[in-house]
Amino acid sequence: MHCARRALVALLLAGAAGLGSAGELTVSAAASLTNALREVGAAFDAQNPGTRVLFNFAASGSLLQQIAQGAPVDVFASADAETMDEAERRRLVDPASRVDFAANALVLVVPGDAAQVPASLADLARPAWRRIAIGAPASVPAGRYAERALEQAGLWPALAPKTIRAQSVRQALDYVARGEVDAGFVYASDAALMAGKVRVALAVPTATPVRYPIAIVVGSRHVDEARRFIAFVRTPAAQAVLRRHGFTAPSS
Amino acid sequence: MTAAWVALGLSLKVALWATALDLVLGVAVGFALARSRFPGRELVDSLLLLPMVLPPTVLGYYLLVLVGRRGALGAWLESRFDIHLVFTWQGAVLAAALVGFPFVCKAARAAFETVDVQVEQAARVLGLGAPAIFFRVTLPLAWRGILAGVLLAFARALGEFGATLMVAGSIPGKTQTLSIAVYEAVQAGQDGLANLLVALTSTTCIVVLLLAGRFAPPRIAGRP
Repeated sequence: MHCARRALVALLLAGAAGLGSAGELTVSAAASLTNALREVGAAFDAQNPGTRVLFNFAASGSLLQQIAQGAPVDVFASADAETMDEAERRRLVDPASRVDFAANALVLVVPGDAAQVPASLADLARPAWRRIAIGAPASVPAGRYAERALEQAGLWPALAPKTIRAQSVRQALDYVARGEVDAGFVYASDAALMAGKVRVALAVPTATPVRYPIAIVVGSRHVDEARRFIAFVRTPAAQAVLRRHGFTAPSS
Repeated sequence: MTAAWVALGLSLKVALWATALDLVLGVAVGFALARSRFPGRELVDSLLLLPMVLPPTVLGYYLLVLVGRRGALGAWLESRFDIHLVFTWQGAVLAAALVGFPFVCKAARAAFETVDVQVEQAARVLGLGAPAIFFRVTLPLAWRGILAGVLLAFARALGEFGATLMVAGSIPGKTQTLSIAVYEAVQAGQDGLANLLVALTSTTCIVVLLLAGRFAPPRIAGRP
């Protein structure tokens, strides 16, 4: 009994100590970066003893709202320029630190065992495709890219009623992989992650290229580590990890 | 702003259907548990309580695996009846009914156990059949206790979020209930809409509590 109580107190104290830890860098990053950045973060930790990167992955729009509400974040990486522009406009990130570090492509995926594959976006309007997963356009960049592509193709009014809105691009991917929807809009890197469970039907041209900007959050108490992390994701080693996960270089 | 009213209407529809399901199933199972003796009865009772203690995300995952297109039940429902539960308001009802079920079942069992068996025996001696005894003697005597559970189940169903989001998604006008609409408005930074939705939700809950105080037995509503 005594032993248990002492262990509990120790646990609570350890938790309280963790709150103010100097070497922890909190990075809020777009959901599509989850696997690649975790690997990059582990490499960064190995090279920087005493510093530990903590990740918070979600839809870029949700992360922006968290930062706007005062979440103690040091680095922000979004899946589109628009969300980062909004962060700059609201003075949430330091514009001087902003840099594009990766690029991606929007694709239409279908479940791996799908009986038929749409040959064009227009095919989705046919009755065979009943449900289409798309990130909620208000907070998920992949959803916004998809909505605009469909608007440009004049298909949005016909397809909007069929859309199932996901809370992040990874949820849209999950819906397709489970076969709950007939198709979904995700990034090429997401499709590569579940290559066995989903099939890429076609590449979807986007009005603006899919680029990932990264920047230091205003008010960060770990500016030096944040700057080092941003420099690290642009090193050849980190870029190789991103390439392996299906991302491309931002300049291409 | 009509979106907020649509979400309110949908929330009430889902919660009412879920409560109706819970009422029928909860009373039946509660009665069975109160009146029958079989080995493992307490184990069954604990299992039925699980939805109350399991995280809603766990329940949502169970439901998704069970009634999803590739789930055992979901595949059968789709091939036999062309019924889809995932991403439909019926799916939201299923999730809400599941989390509300223990409240009705538990309350019903306790209420039935307080009904004096001698009263039922007297009714039988006077010539009433089993169904008549249940509906005209047992149920009216247990009714107040059951109502308490039903009100709690309704309140729980109205506030359901986690399992509903996983099973029914967030489709405006179709499965986007008040609690999910609040979440999405906050995620998207639509503070005006979020404020309206929060005010609507709070008002609805106060009205439900007032109604509960008006119609429920005093000890449930917390009045002397």
